[in-house]
Amino acid sequence: MKNKQTLLIAATGLVVGALAVLLTLNGNPANMGFCIACFLRDTAGALGLHKAAVVQYARPEIIGLVLGAFIMSVAGKEFAAKGGSSPMTRFVLGFFVMVGALMFLGCPLRMVLRIAGGDLNAVVGLIGFVCGILGGIFFLKNGFTLKRTYTLSRLEGTWMPILSLGVLALLLLAPSLLAFSESGPGSMHAPVMMAQAAGLIVGALAYKTRLCMVGGIRDAVLFGDFYLLYGFVAIIIAALIGNLAIGSFNLGFDGQPVAFNDGLWNFLGMALTGLGSALLGGCPLRQLILAGSGNSDSAVTVMGMIVGSAFCHNFGLASSADGPTSAGKIAVIIGFAVVIVIGLANMRKEKV
Amino acid sequence: MNTLDARGYSCPEPVIMTKKALEKGLPLTVMVDGVTPLNNITRFAQNKGYKVESRAVGEDYELTISK
Repeated sequence: MKNKQTLLIAATGLVVGALAVLLTLNGNPANMGFCIACFLRDTAGALGLHKAAVVQYARPEIIGLVLGAFIMSVAGKEFAAKGGSSPMTRFVLGFFVMVGALMFLGCPLRMVLRIAGGDLNAVVGLIGFVCGILGGIFFLKNGFTLKRTYTLSRLEGTWMPILSLGVLALLLLAPSLLAFSESGPGSMHAPVMMAQAAGLIVGALAYKTRLCMVGGIRDAVLFGDFYLLYGFVAIIIAALIGNLAIGSFNLGFDGQPVAFNDGLWNFLGMALTGLGSALLGGCPLRQLILAGSGNSDSAVTVMGMIVGSAFCHNFGLASSADGPTSAGKIAVIIGFAVVIVIGLANMRKEKV
Repeated sequence: MNTLDARGYSCPEPVIMTKKALEKGLPLTVMVDGVTPLNNITRFAQNKGYKVESRAVGEDYELTISK
């Protein structure tokens, strides 16, 4: 049983890494086969929630991830509509997880893919990510909780899959209603059907294995449990082999695709994302998967990330290949303050 | 009998709660409301060398952890 689980998550990691390379080979931006932060941001742009012309595209990968998890959970009779665990706090955490990710230029999954592409700035990001998770573990050990969830109506748990189908319908049937980038990362994408299929496969596997970038490091530190970390490492191995095979491995700090080399802000951006995600109980990928399988708290978190991404571009908080912005730096510092207050305000009186 | 109701809590909280409850004595009965905490607690307890039995109770699961 245990070995079978371990094999499945290692295989899942290999599939995610391989599909990520396949997607970049077929049009996605470099080291961006999957990026939950970037793709939610692009989707927000396609829907007109922000006006940054270079990052607008309704990413089918996101839709596929949600629907893959939905189909898998329904098929396994595990779909359960649950919510009510501090939804607004989760919205705010989702917002600042996105602020951190768009400072660094990638969610934790893209951080892993950037490492596999030889981008050493992402190794700096990883150090920040680990520090952020360690901060989250401090709060968890001291009784941090967003309180329990309750069983809700099936419709309440189905909104994220429904909204995803709505965006897919717009993309396929009425694309003229959406905004599409003509240049920049938003204009670079794999064919719709390929991206959709890759999303569905990864969504189904990630649901089944509970693949989570935050959970891997958290469980290893907190419980000495390396199960989720195998998935994390397998993604790096598969994407590294893939990048070497197609000649897109480029070791160094400078000239990395959709990245900048300011170590301090790469570190702090991912530290904020790690801390916020640890308090949420999972990375942005995991939030999407949970939202697809009936968890309305995670659906609210995803909404927080989408609104956060729109704010990042409407207020000039998001970094670019030229580096971080002053407004973005201020937002990250505010983010740390807000997330730490959330951590302190939600600790049980009695330690667990 | 040492019991813990971890229903409604999302991971890793049920595992942290179990870890703490195990200090109060064995056997420990834990109630959870999903397969994720069921699998996580089972793996945690087995990694620590405990025996784990589980059964479905309505829509929830009951785990019994012993030496």
